[in-house]
Amino acid sequence: MGGHSNWPEWIYVGVVIALMVWVGAEAWEAERLVEHVPADAEIIKVTGQQWLWTFEHEDGTKERGELHVEVGKAYKFEIESIDVNHSFNIHDYVVLMDAIPGRVNTVWFAPTEVGQHDIQCREYCGLIHYNMRGTLYVEEPSS
Amino acid sequence: MVLELQKPRPIWQIMFSTHHTDVGLLYLITSLAFLFMGGALALAIRAELFLPGAQIITDAMTFNRIFTVHGTTLIFLFIIPFASAVGNYYVPIMVRYKDMAYPKLNAIAFWMIPPAGALIWLGFADFTWYATPPYSIISAPGPAADMWIFGLKILGISSVLGAINFVVTILKCKHPDMSIGQVPLLAWSFLSSSLIILVAIPTFAAALLMLLTDRLGVSGFFNPAMGGDPIAYAHLFWFTFHPEVYVLVIPAIGMMYEIIPRFSRKPIYSYNSGVFAFVLLSIVGFSSWAHHMYATGMSFTEKTVFMVGTLAAVPASAMHVFNFVATMWNGRIKFATPMMWAVGGIALFFSAGAGGVANAAMPLDFTTHDTYWVVGHFHLFVMGTIAFGSIGFVYYMFPYVTGRMYNETMGKVHFVMSFIGTVLVFFTQHVLGLYGMPRRIFDYPPIPEWIVMNQIVTVGAMIIGVSMAIFLANMIYSSGKGKLANPEDPFGVGGKYYYPFEAKNPSH
Repeated sequence: MGGHSNWPEWIYVGVVIALMVWVGAEAWEAERLVEHVPADAEIIKVTGQQWLWTFEHEDGTKERGELHVEVGKAYKFEIESIDVNHSFNIHDYVVLMDAIPGRVNTVWFAPTEVGQHDIQCREYCGLIHYNMRGTLYVEEPSS
Repeated sequence: MVLELQKPRPIWQIMFSTHHTDVGLLYLITSLAFLFMGGALALAIRAELFLPGAQIITDAMTFNRIFTVHGTTLIFLFIIPFASAVGNYYVPIMVRYKDMAYPKLNAIAFWMIPPAGALIWLGFADFTWYATPPYSIISAPGPAADMWIFGLKILGISSVLGAINFVVTILKCKHPDMSIGQVPLLAWSFLSSSLIILVAIPTFAAALLMLLTDRLGVSGFFNPAMGGDPIAYAHLFWFTFHPEVYVLVIPAIGMMYEIIPRFSRKPIYSYNSGVFAFVLLSIVGFSSWAHHMYATGMSFTEKTVFMVGTLAAVPASAMHVFNFVATMWNGRIKFATPMMWAVGGIALFFSAGAGGVANAAMPLDFTTHDTYWVVGHFHLFVMGTIAFGSIGFVYYMFPYVTGRMYNETMGKVHFVMSFIGTVLVFFTQHVLGLYGMPRRIFDYPPIPEWIVMNQIVTVGAMIIGVSMAIFLANMIYSSGKGKLANPEDPFGVGGKYYYPFEAKNPSH
């Protein structure tokens, strides 16, 4: 209210706005790259249900609670649910996408190293939500 | 200010009163009771998560019910009624009116809270405070779920009635000599948050009815088996509850605007920027709701729009922080207990906001979403900012309400322990989230990093728990046996009150 000038506040607000523009621009650029699915990505169908993940590969092989993939390939997950909402998550590869009944959501990843990673459900889905877990095995190419 | 408990009165006289300070007292006691009840549930959750495996709580269903009622209680039965308590005491006095505009409506709005609280606590639903369909429709056990829905319905009506009352009191009942540009910032915070309530709450009220009829099987709005879409619920819910975040935080900031200038012995740095930031926050608060839904399969464009909407709220919040710091700058600061809580709250508000920027940035959200990062993030707001501002204000109001002083040493110990506990709990939870621990889980695999961090969090929570016991003891003891307060200047900061119109309330 007083008669003092407000220029320090305007400079400060300007700096905050500039920072937010920078964060937004960086995020926009990064997300654009991340969402670009490679054309040769192999499709894996992921189905969430209380309280288990099942997977179906392009060649028809099915897996329950475990997922075997090959290093160096790109995979596109098509995620759905047959009962309530779940969220398919491989934290080590920042794979996260909700499994929602009536919808098919997609997300992709390309494992870079041989190893084992946890698969979990990250959206509350009821009694055994805490143990709706699985394991991702990244293996050497078979051929 | 009215000295509330100076002369003892029978409790029914307060209960059936419609006077604003009596209703304020009812709000105050009820909301603090729910603070302790909700906090006790938090301690149960933390005790269970100290180690992997089931120790204290032996089944997942009980655990799920506990975190659901914990969240519902502290948001709807502590934070919102507590703000109403402060508003009831201060808003009529600040606008120099004899009471709230509609005293009976005011009492009715309060008396909706106990039955709603009873429904929520007796039901003990398990579907999280977000009541996600289709889980809440096809899987959540009744009657708990239905009782929760009715409880929230009643609380929504109570909020809307309270909001109408504040808006009318401030805009229509303020003293004719007082322009809107002279209304103190605490009253401005109630005007902004009440306007948000009036725009936001009806959407969730509709969603709750749809959820109820879906549960009864007569409709299928959110049930995919009947052609509905759960994402529609997510939009309706967050359209109400992202703005609701500002409903929760704006009055707490208003309380800081009352405390900080008083104990800095300086007028507020810029009244106009405070008002501007409140109004701006209550508008841009409506442009960011779907940032809670990046991982539901939204398109790139949708995500971008809501990211921009979210980042747009940051400068307004930052203006408040600047205003507080600039007010304290060169002030003769007295670090009495209320001031310590307010300053601690500002520091944690800043940290919470910084974490929020990371959440809003689309690619980072996929690391943090639905992990303990988010739990830490919003608790830095609800505990670190809102509860800190509110508890500071409890100490600040205490001499005016009871006519006695609280114990200053106990108040400071309470603050120091709570601050250390809050930093331990919620900063650690951010890191735990980056290590991938999902929220809302009853048990976790024995991953060494997760175990260590969960133990730090539990220890921090217990420190907060002990500090809250000290708080309770201080309040109970001092309200009966504390030193008599000097009603003119209980904190010995001298000078006059820094709201522009300090004239005595004409009706008292």
